[in-house]
Amino acid sequence: MTKVAGTKADEAAIRVEGLHKSFGDLEVLKGIDFTVSPGEVVCVIGPSGSGKSTLLRCVNLLEEPTAGTVALSGTELTDPDVDIDRVRRRIGMVFQSFNLFPHLSALDNLTIAQRRVLGRTKDEAKRIGRANLLRVGVSEKESAYPAQLSGGQQQRVAIARALSMDPELMLFDEPTSALDPELVGDVLAVMRRLADEGMTMMVVTHEMSFAREVADRVVFMDGGVIVEEGSPSRVIGDPQHQRTRTFLSRVLDPAAAEVTEDGEPPA
Amino acid sequence: MSMSRRQRTRTVRGVQYGVLALVVAAVAFGANWGEIRRAFFDLDVAQAQFPDIITTALVNTVVYTLLGFGFGLALGLILALMRLSSVPPYRWLAIGYIEFFRGVPALLVFIALGFGVPIAFQVVINQYVTVMLALGLVGAAYMAETIRAGIQAVPKGQVEAARSLGMSQGRAMRSIVIPQAFRIVLPPLTNELILLTKDSSLVYLLGLSLGQYELAKFGRDALNENRSLTPILVAGLCYLIITLPLGHLVRRLEARTAKAR
Ligand SMILES: Nc1ncnc2c1ncn2[C@@H]1O[C@H](COP(=O)(O)OP(=O)(O)OP(=O)(O)O)[C@@H](O)[C@H]1O
Ligand SMILES: [Mg+2]
Repeated sequence: MTKVAGTKADEAAIRVEGLHKSFGDLEVLKGIDFTVSPGEVVCVIGPSGSGKSTLLRCVNLLEEPTAGTVALSGTELTDPDVDIDRVRRRIGMVFQSFNLFPHLSALDNLTIAQRRVLGRTKDEAKRIGRANLLRVGVSEKESAYPAQLSGGQQQRVAIARALSMDPELMLFDEPTSALDPELVGDVLAVMRRLADEGMTMMVVTHEMSFAREVADRVVFMDGGVIVEEGSPSRVIGDPQHQRTRTFLSRVLDPAAAEVTEDGEPPA
Repeated sequence: MSMSRRQRTRTVRGVQYGVLALVVAAVAFGANWGEIRRAFFDLDVAQAQFPDIITTALVNTVVYTLLGFGFGLALGLILALMRLSSVPPYRWLAIGYIEFFRGVPALLVFIALGFGVPIAFQVVINQYVTVMLALGLVGAAYMAETIRAGIQAVPKGQVEAARSLGMSQGRAMRSIVIPQAFRIVLPPLTNELILLTKDSSLVYLLGLSLGQYELAKFGRDALNENRSLTPILVAGLCYLIITLPLGHLVRRLEARTAKAR
């Protein structure tokens, strides 16, 4: 189910150049360059604290880069004259902790930004919202509040919320890390289907089997820099750098490695 | 003189109940019950207060309180947002306001608005406006701090989720943060409503026409007429009609919040 990586389009979906980010004295990103092509699925892996989340959050400017540029299909986000709210609506973001709006029902979680940001009518927003709930398999829960949903359902509603804005690309920050193991599969299946449908995706994840099977490209980060990147079979299967090997051997402990070798059947 | 623990407990209990019995007996036999009944529980006087104490005084107390609460809530929200602003002068203004109005007696504010402003500026202000301003200005200072705490209690991820959907800072505040903040601060805000209900008695200071009397003023007037404390007691009971259910509501809201956590 892998797509042709890096189909040469005129504009990269995401182009990051010379990206630096510091929190006070702590330099977290130390010069990052990479591009994501339209339709490409890029998985970002790396040890805790290596700056994966920070990188992802710089892509939609939830964090303000200290230096460098981020461009989305040619629109430079880091340009101070760009209306960031107009750009952000084109980028879907899914968080580790779901961040659903607890005071709104599942369906209202999906309609509020459609109505307030895109100016869709109530009926239109509901129609699109319901279609997306169906897409992630939680349509029977449209009137439930987030607290009444399981973690897996909440994360799928969060994905549907992002999809309802018709984004050009989706960012995922460890979408399954907060989930009980038995709920991870449902969320990954939804993401897998999105990838198959051609969505441009940037996914920070510790799910090596997902990265191996779904990603067009894997990026390994450590200490605020990209150590190596390439096809999953290369980066995960045959890493060139010692740091990558150390990380992978720690993540792919015997038990996890077995699962990977068996390989879950694609959804 | 050694006592077992059980003996000691029994002795202490005995002394406690003994003292209580003595006090009750002293009050029962020593007090002039006829006098007390006439002063506090004169049924004829009590009956004479009705229905006006309800239809005028209680209603006015509620109206004054709600006017002050509504104005105070709106101003309190603005102050809370100023207090959280990234623009320093807004923060300073809000802090100055809050410290000032929490620090001075509400009575002084009533005097300033009820008498000071009309004298200094030679204007006549509608009584309802005076009451709304006086109660609201003081209430806003307290409510601002409550609302600020509520806004800060909304997790940062909520704003991030809203912004990532393309909402502006202001839109995220209005649609996502403030609705959640109000849920959090509903119990303390209801407490504030109880306090305002009682503070509305300060209206008593202002020169009111008969139709504008609220419970305290009504009781005070009836006290003069009847030379009996009964109207005050009835007025007090009327306050309880408002404050007890509200207090009950606060406890239920708090229990609900505790369960939701
Ligand atoms: N808002 C912040 N203020 C200060 N330091 C921060 C902030 N956000 C992140 N950091 C620091 O930046 C570094 C990188 O954090 P980041 O969350 O990007 O790592 P990560 O690769 O996503 O790690 P994990 O796998 O644990 O999620 C960490 O040392 C973290 O403590
Ligand atoms: Mg992270």
